[in-house]
Amino acid sequence: MTLLKPAVGRALGWAALAALVVLALFGLWGAPPDDVQGDAQRLMYLHVPAAWIAYLAFGVTAFSSALWLWPRTRAAVWDRIAGSSAELGVLFTALTLMLGSLWGRPVWGVWWAWDARLVTTAVLLFLYLGYLALRKVPAAPEARAKRCAIAALIAFVDVPLVHFSVSWWRTLHQEATVFDPELKANIHGVMAFTLWWGVLAFTLVYVYLLDRRYRLESLEEDLEQRELEQAIAERVAGAGTPGRGSRKEEVPVG
Amino acid sequence: MNLAQEVGLVAGKDLRIERRARVTLQQILPFGAIVLLLFAFALDPDRGVLRRVAPGLFWVAVLLAVLLAVSRAFTIETEHAARDGLRLSGLDPAAIFLGKAAAIAVQLVVLEALLAAGVVLLFDVSLSSIGPLVLATLAATVGLAATGTLYGVLAVGLRMRETLVPVLLLPVVSPVLLGATRAWEAAIDGAPSDAWPWVGVLSVFAVLAVGAGMLAFGPLLEEA
Repeated sequence: MTLLKPAVGRALGWAALAALVVLALFGLWGAPPDDVQGDAQRLMYLHVPAAWIAYLAFGVTAFSSALWLWPRTRAAVWDRIAGSSAELGVLFTALTLMLGSLWGRPVWGVWWAWDARLVTTAVLLFLYLGYLALRKVPAAPEARAKRCAIAALIAFVDVPLVHFSVSWWRTLHQEATVFDPELKANIHGVMAFTLWWGVLAFTLVYVYLLDRRYRLESLEEDLEQRELEQAIAERVAGAGTPGRGSRKEEVPVG
Repeated sequence: MNLAQEVGLVAGKDLRIERRARVTLQQILPFGAIVLLLFAFALDPDRGVLRRVAPGLFWVAVLLAVLLAVSRAFTIETEHAARDGLRLSGLDPAAIFLGKAAAIAVQLVVLEALLAAGVVLLFDVSLSSIGPLVLATLAATVGLAATGTLYGVLAVGLRMRETLVPVLLLPVVSPVLLGATRAWEAAIDGAPSDAWPWVGVLSVFAVLAVGAGMLAFGPLLEEA
């Protein structure tokens, strides 16, 4: 009941850990300090990959939700992936905000600024916190999956609207560097390598955690099913035992 | 019966219930008014702060009222198995959605008109450039009513419904608060040309919300 074969999952876990160690070495010592921002800029190697993985995770949630809603591809696996990925998305979004806050303090002089991308990211966090809250509400699996898939798609469609309206409202964040077509990624070679390595390491962590979370979700569903079956069995057995009913004229069900 | 008639039927039903029970008028409107009063307590009315932030305060008050209006719109469907009646009525789910959203929108427009009067009176604001102001308000109201109806049916019948709807709805409608507030600010400051882009944003939101609602309402009502 895992996404990946157990051996592959374990190998992925070790690979993710090794990648993180390499990232720490390059991020802290391998890459040179920034000319303007000094060592504070090293937070970029965590902040930017975390943000990208958060987007990836929400993208996966939207994609799996759409697959669940599409009648031909409807399967419980998509619902589980959507939920697991949304949880990781919230985790990485929160991480992005926290790391950004730590970075903003020395560079901008404030923990938080009312800048377009910050505000959008905060709204993104709340959108998916709501989605996770909805997932927690007890309901029949099919009904819950449908409700959650629709909520995930609405949230996904809402993100560009939030982004667009907030950017019109205010913008102060440094412009996107890597994907700026005019700049042609004018970053020091080792810095660029470290950044890309960070994305790779975080992707491995994401896939590993997704696999784990998926397994946990399957086990939880399994447990629920077994508890239900046990309760039914006990109920049936209890009803069959004479003398357990409160009234003597009660007919035993069997 | 065509779609418009079905919409009218559902909207008429909800508005008739409101005319008899007067929950919006006698509970939600006073709630909105007291929110405006509380803002005046929180922000010292003597220093002109209230006048400057009046559009934002107005729309926050409206947003809080929307939560109550949505809750009310689906409370009336929980009693006497009314939801089963709706499901079995044979009406097009899209029409049920549009009807319920329209009923909420009509009530919101009344609420907004009265709260706007309250803002003018209490916060000493003069509303000029009525054109963009009214259009922004209408577009925002349609967006709020449609999104509210969609999340209302999503959460109807669930445990924790009262806490779930705000946490789901408020982040989604944040662009409406932003757009409507900016449009009002522009209109009040006498720069109506700055309001039009926001009217555009609000209209796009409204169209998307209505479209999403018409598509999703049926499947959600089935499960409700």
